[in-house]
Amino acid sequence: MDEEYDVIVLGTGLTECILSGLLSVEGKKVLHMDRNDYYGGDSASLNLTQLYRKFRPNQAPPAELGRDRDYAVDLIPKFIIASGELTRILVHTDVTRYLEFKQIAGSFVYRDGKISKVPSTEMEAVKSPLMGLFEKRRAKKFFEFLQGWKDDDPTTHQGIDLDKDSMKTVYEKFGLETGTQDFIGHAMALYLDDDYITKPARPTYDRIVLYTSSMARYGKSPYIYPLYGLGELPQSFARLSAIYGGTYMLDKPIDAIVTDADGKFVGVTSGGETVKAKQVIGDPSYFGAGSESEGGKMRVVEVGKVVRAICLLKHPIPGTDDSDSLQIIIPQNQVGRRNDIYIAMVSSTHNVCAKDIYVAIVSTIVETDKAELEIAPGLNLLGPIHEKFVSISPLYAPTTSGESDNIFITRSYDATSHFETVVEDVQDIWKRVMGSDLVLKKREVEVHE
Amino acid sequence: MSKQLQFKLVLLGESAVGKSSLVLRFVKDQFDDYRESTIGAAFLTQTVTLEDQTTVKFEIWDTAGQERYKSLAPMYYRNANCAVVVYDITQPSSLEKARTWIRELQRQADPSIVIALCGNKSDLSARRQVSEEEAKKYADEEGLMWAETSAKTGEGVTEIFTAIAKKLPLTAPPSARAGAGRTPTGARSGVDLNKQAPGAKGQEEACNC
Ligand SMILES: Cc1cc2nc3c(=O)[nH]c(=O)nc-3n(C[C@H](O)[C@H](O)[C@H](O)COP(=O)(O)OP(=O)(O)OC[C@H]3O[C@@H](n4cnc5c(N)ncnc54)[C@H](O)[C@@H]3O)c2cc1C
Ligand SMILES: Nc1nc2c(ncn2[C@@H]2O[C@H](COP(=O)(O)OP(=O)(O)OP(=O)(O)O)[C@@H](O)[C@H]2O)c(=O)[nH]1
Ligand SMILES: [Mg+2]
Repeated sequence: MDEEYDVIVLGTGLTECILSGLLSVEGKKVLHMDRNDYYGGDSASLNLTQLYRKFRPNQAPPAELGRDRDYAVDLIPKFIIASGELTRILVHTDVTRYLEFKQIAGSFVYRDGKISKVPSTEMEAVKSPLMGLFEKRRAKKFFEFLQGWKDDDPTTHQGIDLDKDSMKTVYEKFGLETGTQDFIGHAMALYLDDDYITKPARPTYDRIVLYTSSMARYGKSPYIYPLYGLGELPQSFARLSAIYGGTYMLDKPIDAIVTDADGKFVGVTSGGETVKAKQVIGDPSYFGAGSESEGGKMRVVEVGKVVRAICLLKHPIPGTDDSDSLQIIIPQNQVGRRNDIYIAMVSSTHNVCAKDIYVAIVSTIVETDKAELEIAPGLNLLGPIHEKFVSISPLYAPTTSGESDNIFITRSYDATSHFETVVEDVQDIWKRVMGSDLVLKKREVEVHE
Repeated sequence: MSKQLQFKLVLLGESAVGKSSLVLRFVKDQFDDYRESTIGAAFLTQTVTLEDQTTVKFEIWDTAGQERYKSLAPMYYRNANCAVVVYDITQPSSLEKARTWIRELQRQADPSIVIALCGNKSDLSARRQVSEEEAKKYADEEGLMWAETSAKTGEGVTEIFTAIAKKLPLTAPPSARAGAGRTPTGARSGVDLNKQAPGAKGQEEACNC
């Protein structure tokens, strides 16, 4: 390991793998290491053996669950928004050629003790029990306003300034009930809490447009999902990096991050050897997350906690038309919380578990010291739960930007239901590492026939 | 109408056994005496036409060098329809490595995967260290196809790929494979991200909720 690299990347989570893939395409000499002997870090998908080793170290997986290889259980419940930024990166880098995607079959929202499908067609919207007749009329006016909006045509603005007026003002203008606001803000704009209401309406507008255009793309839900689980995503970007010369080393414990007298990054020590590079990028676990700061600098801080329960079911979720995959959003107001509860479910249709098993992950941002109780409204919707693996994960964020010491730390995977914030982190780190905005170039085709 | 079937084929084996050379011979009928260890590109396609006019298109994946530090991503072979596991007949250790890969494929890949064990560099038989009998016996025990090849002279190369092509549609009829591994139909079963979104331009059609 006497070579010198441009960038060392630590941890093979999705954020790190997208970055190493893009940096390698850009011509950077990348060394990518992980302490684990598998790809994916916190965003890995585990087979049964790995799942039990992680959550039940003293118990072997029961034989009745079927073959190990049939399982790829995600640790982080997220779906890909069909028209979102991750899709754009997948397409531009041609990483799509390593993956196959399927739709998520449905998107549901919890209201007054029941779950209803988020309408995906006009017919469904008309029949939806989510709104009464008059409210539907008002909602229609609201949606027509959004659809008709053109930045450069004031006649479409109906007196609203998306950049100045709050979402509250917009809701009031159309006279929408709180239930409808919950639906729009949480099931469509995918906000986790209600902070957005008092802020300018523009980002909410953008999110609704993203949701509806994603919905329009494949029809059933705004989400797609890779066969064999989300863990395929980091692996695919790792292959992209390798194809452009990136060097991969798994199963490498990292002993130390070496800095010079000024605290600037020098190299990484693993197995007694130090590899040098100009810059290092890594997930928080390589920079002291979860451990006391060693008298030195605090490089990461905890910014919250997420509770996640991975549940194995032997039946589809009740009241969802036997959907093979879905998302259910429980808006916070509906259950007296500050943050929404999410349920994400996939099944053998996506090659992530044995036939007739359904993998549902219930998650939320922790608000009390009884985290597991907080997800009860979600767990209660699932019917009998065959197996349940609960984890409470701190979310870490870096304390510095890395521009002064060349140490760039990624953020933990948050509680949102999609990858948009992951891509924001990628873009943000790219800008700090490269000093310029990330511009996606179409990768030249390397298929020879 | 003749059928066209598409299959994902992966190459596995120790570094320098001749994986990339075999592909280069098969796809371009070329050989390179000083071929460098693969870093970088490796995604080629080649079509084989069988006697009954069925054409089999191989989507061939090379390792991109990830196996050098034992870091090949399982995604590489997980949904493969066939695998060519290569060893070098002058290097006994490379057969050991091939056995490890075969165990891994039997554990992790789709059960219907067709595996061919391939003893490469048969032109160097003067320096042979792995006997035909030993390798053949092992392949028979594990139910693998087996052949010796030389990427250098071309001996046996087309033959092994053709033999795989013949075996594939039989062991993997497209209808029986739905949901398991990659469907060998050419068209992928899932959604196509590269397709332009309907109504991606202009917002009129965008709202479909
Ligand atoms: C959960 C939910 C989501 C909704 N989403 C939308 C929406 O995205 N856009 C919207 O305009 N109204 C939306 N509505 C409003 C609702 O669809 C209409 O108010 C309802 O169809 C009654 O309309 P109508 O019979 O008066 O007119 P209709 O004859 O049904 O519709 C008149 C026009 O309204 C538009 N329209 C109606 N429903 C939709 C829809 N779902 N998506 C796109 N355009 C539609 C169409 O352009 C149509 O030409 C939604 C309602 C609910 C409950
Ligand atoms: N004599 C002889 N040499 C071969 C043959 N096949 C490959 N070689 C040589 O063996 C060396 C390694 O071949 P590669 O095709 O690069 O091997 P590889 O398995 O792709 O190696 P990695 O990319 O490092 O994993 C090259 O110098 C080739 O020229 C063969 O059939 N006969
Ligand atoms: Mg090679």
